[in-house]
Amino acid sequence: MTIAPTSDRQPQDTLTGSQWRAALPWLIAFALLLALPFVFRSSSAITVMNQMAITVIFALSYNMLLGQGGMLSFGHAVYMGLGGFFAVHVMNTLLVPLPLLPLFGGLFGLIFAIIVGAFSTRRAGTVFAMISLGVGELVAASSIIIVSFFGGEAGVKGDRTEAPAFLGINFASQTQVYYLIAAWMFLSALAMYLFTRTPAGRMANAVRDNEERAEFLGYSQRTVRFMSFCAAGFFAGIAGALIAINFEILTEENLNLTSSGVILLVTFLGGVGFFIGPIVGAVAFTLLQSVLSLQTDLWQLYVGLLFLLAVMFFPGGLTGVLAMHGPAWRHGKLGLLTVPYLKLTAVVVTGILAAACFLEILFHVRHASVGENTMRLFKLTIDTHAVWPWLATGGVALICLALANRLAPDVKAAWDAANLPAKGSARR
Amino acid sequence: MKQRLALRSLAAGVFCLPLLAASAHAADPIKIGFIDPLSGPFATTGENGLAEFKFAAERLVNEKGGVLGGRNFEIVPFDNQVSPKETLIKLQAAIDEGVRFVVQGNSSGVANALTDAVKKHNERNPDKRVIYLNYSAVDPALTNENCNFWHFRLDANADIKMDALTDVMAKNKAITKVYIVGQDYSFGKAVADGAVRDLAKKRPEIEIVGNELHPIGKVKDFTPYARKIIASGANAVITGNWGSDMVGLGKAIIDAGYKGPIYTYYAASNGITKTFGADGKNVIRVVSEGQGNPPPSKSGAEYITAFKAKNPNNDVVQPRVANTIQLLKSAIEKAGTTEAVAVAKAMEGLEIDGVLGGKVKMRADDHQAIQDIHIQVHTDEGITFPLDNSAYGLLVENTVTNAGADSLTTCKMERPAN
Amino acid sequence: MELIAITLFDGLVMGLLLFMLSSGLTLIFSMMGVLNFAHASFYMLGAYFGFQISQSIGFWPALVIAPIIVGIAGALVERYGLRRVHKYGHVPELIFTFGLALVIEEFVNFVWGRDQKPFQEPDSLHFALFHLHGYAFPAYKVFMIFVAVGIFLVLLTILTRTRIGLVIQAALSHPETVQNLGHNVPLVFMGVFGVGTALAGLAGVIAGPALGTFPGMAFLLGSIVFVTIVVGGLGSLWGALIASLLIGWLQTFAASYNLRFADILTALGFTRPLRIADSVFRDLWTLTLPQIGPILPYFVMVLVLAIRPQGLFGKREL
Repeated sequence: MTIAPTSDRQPQDTLTGSQWRAALPWLIAFALLLALPFVFRSSSAITVMNQMAITVIFALSYNMLLGQGGMLSFGHAVYMGLGGFFAVHVMNTLLVPLPLLPLFGGLFGLIFAIIVGAFSTRRAGTVFAMISLGVGELVAASSIIIVSFFGGEAGVKGDRTEAPAFLGINFASQTQVYYLIAAWMFLSALAMYLFTRTPAGRMANAVRDNEERAEFLGYSQRTVRFMSFCAAGFFAGIAGALIAINFEILTEENLNLTSSGVILLVTFLGGVGFFIGPIVGAVAFTLLQSVLSLQTDLWQLYVGLLFLLAVMFFPGGLTGVLAMHGPAWRHGKLGLLTVPYLKLTAVVVTGILAAACFLEILFHVRHASVGENTMRLFKLTIDTHAVWPWLATGGVALICLALANRLAPDVKAAWDAANLPAKGSARR
Repeated sequence: MKQRLALRSLAAGVFCLPLLAASAHAADPIKIGFIDPLSGPFATTGENGLAEFKFAAERLVNEKGGVLGGRNFEIVPFDNQVSPKETLIKLQAAIDEGVRFVVQGNSSGVANALTDAVKKHNERNPDKRVIYLNYSAVDPALTNENCNFWHFRLDANADIKMDALTDVMAKNKAITKVYIVGQDYSFGKAVADGAVRDLAKKRPEIEIVGNELHPIGKVKDFTPYARKIIASGANAVITGNWGSDMVGLGKAIIDAGYKGPIYTYYAASNGITKTFGADGKNVIRVVSEGQGNPPPSKSGAEYITAFKAKNPNNDVVQPRVANTIQLLKSAIEKAGTTEAVAVAKAMEGLEIDGVLGGKVKMRADDHQAIQDIHIQVHTDEGITFPLDNSAYGLLVENTVTNAGADSLTTCKMERPAN
Repeated sequence: MELIAITLFDGLVMGLLLFMLSSGLTLIFSMMGVLNFAHASFYMLGAYFGFQISQSIGFWPALVIAPIIVGIAGALVERYGLRRVHKYGHVPELIFTFGLALVIEEFVNFVWGRDQKPFQEPDSLHFALFHLHGYAFPAYKVFMIFVAVGIFLVLLTILTRTRIGLVIQAALSHPETVQNLGHNVPLVFMGVFGVGTALAGLAGVIAGPALGTFPGMAFLLGSIVFVTIVVGGLGSLWGALIASLLIGWLQTFAASYNLRFADILTALGFTRPLRIADSVFRDLWTLTLPQIGPILPYFVMVLVLAIRPQGLFGKREL
């Protein structure tokens, strides 16, 4: 099986050649990372941001395989988890200052990636995918059996404040940890971005798109894949070490198949075709998981449906959707789309909310205690045993579905119009 | 706090929320954070536990006028998906929302992570200290080498239950050969080690004909294990299995033609009782606290009846939930405040009447509750309160009073000064 | 000796159950190139539908009706979901099945709740058919064997003796050519997907009472089914059968014999550390075969792929 060819358009820098334009997004990101803790100050918000930053590194590292190298892995969490377990053991020696810990995690991830990559990167496609599945399952099972290294199901604990102080900082507060993680995220993202600009990174793309041609050009596809694989293992290990720092505990869940599956979904949700895709995916998914799960017990159902719908309608992921509008933007015709989009969005959002409310009411009726007939939805108190809430939510959902069907041709027409080059503009 | 609220209201705009009714009371409610699985494969025990907590808070506290002059208990649920990582995130969310009492029970792995996180949090944030009431995780380490001042366990730990079980087994002369099988993790190992140790002490002539572990949640077919048990000639089986591993193992053993007792920790309710049905009659036995059949007392019977009337699809399977609420209520009243250190100190050595009979005493040395342990049999005879809305339920056969009161602990607890 | 015979029997039951799942999956995988992660979810759907139907009209009608419902659901999923995603490539298809597995599990939770379902064998099969050296053989397991063998024979006949079978066989290796010859390949895909999921549903109805009906049942079998088709080789019914039996026996024998690693290590000339609790290798010394039995198939898979990427009986590479 082959990986779908994805658009290879990287952000503008080759277009303009301007160093400044290439650096701008990084400067903005840097400022944003500095400012965030002043906006979201509660410790749970910072915990969520830390989790987000770790997921960003992990997703970027995963995309080195999937998006840039065309390797579909079902066991990438192994490298993150092993790096993390090693890091927490290093942390417990009390010898290494905390900010250097991620290097050890990365190194351990790299070593294991070299071992596995030696036989798994010989082929891409399904062979690689199934080997990664097998290795993932074997390592996850070993983590329960080998108690002396993995600590069984209780995992391995550490205390980050006992590590040697670094510039007088003991990392007891969440904010200090945030800046440490954010710094490592920034460095790792930059390093991974620069990797895509190196000849090795370019060759990974070439091998992904056409193995044979790359081979004829004199590049060993296997070596190219192996290098991407090792680099991805290294950065996954860094993410693992940051887990050790943030949560001060490593357990089996950090390297099992579920984690590996989730990161595939996260990366895909953001979009594999663009460097920024996994970042968007990681931020969106962490928000979904942490915020949505506080609100409803049905969140997993919604997440599953989200992926089904996303893959059916936006196979390029979130960034893919944005990128689709590039031509219209260049033609200066984005305005044509505004009104149809607003209409469609209003209808779709209303419809989804109504459908979700319907499900919530149904869930409430089935699970609430006897006599507990009311629930709160959007600050409204609803009697779930009356008929009208069912009719209203179900009805609105159906009407919106019908309306969306009616609106679709308009949007299509507007889309076609917006993508037609304007008169007088340069033809391609 | 503000940001979190902002996040919530933002989410409120986007998603449907069955938000907890946050109507303003005259006195602020005392928030109890319930951190257990409410989604995913283990949610069934989590949901049942949540129903039990809500009912206990309502009936034992709020309907009786609350504590400290009318303050109610409010159970705030947080879904941790039995993930240690997600548990720590939800702990932060709970603390930010004003929760100072956390209850959790499913999975000793999560409990180990949580007790450690609570301890570190309390050290680093002395102004927002939290008490962790563990109502179900039974890994002995939690009240031994991993104990701390902020953790209280309301269930009997695996060693105490095994002590009670082997007391009863030692008196049963029909038992000569015992087979031990369990899940390959700390709890399964604790059960196996305890059984070997206690049986050797109490009835050395009992032969352990098998002692093995299988991977947790990975075995598709338990028939090979059942064959080995038959081949060994065992006339008693001990297992700490739970969930589908329990059903799979139990069904395979019974199908293979085994007739003796299977001593278990968790083979009841959540569909398990109904699934075993007639096949498990007089075979499956459960070691646990709290008595349903025969009804322990008039008030206990009323408690169960009222619970079933309100929650027809759930059961009172964890009587310790009611004891948790009762103990916390007594401690807060004794301390006269909800401040964590004062409440924790009030809880030490406190004794209450168990809601379903017996006395429950919180041992100060290791924060392990000492209570009566029953050996109950799965049957349909003499059952007043069946489980799973089936004809079957658990009937108390033997009782060990104040089980494990003399058990030793390696806990060396550091107590805060104030 | 008796234990070997009995273990052979138990392993056969397990292996044939795996075959019911892998036979459909291997056809789907090799024709459409889809790693269908939701295949085991259809197995779960079969068990729950079977349970529900058997509550009202009995087990035997459920055995027929539930797989048909599951098959129709599968065909609809192919027609309105997968076919749409197909043009985007294999990774989106895979994500689709990932999401589908999640949604099916949540759907089951939503409708039936998350607790164990009391799905029982029919009374007519709920007895020990015969005893061998004190070991009971449930009649239901013998029934499982007959069903699985029946399926294999029917599938083999269809694939080798009928016209549609020849088209499917051809589409396995040369889908474009078959399309060019004027056959409606999308229809064949839909049919194969429907039949494959129906088989999974049938396996679910049969396995539900024997192995338990609970929300985790799909996850439990999900990845092991991939192992069987990869080890057996793509598109090979015989390969799927033999790999399924192999893995069924491997797991059953591994669970049956308490081989200790301490014995192996001693035989290799290592000495057991005196203070075993302090040793880094303590877990190795206390390890037994049943502890690692369930992960042995993954070991076999990695080994097979490293040596022979087309699987034991596959004609072309994955």
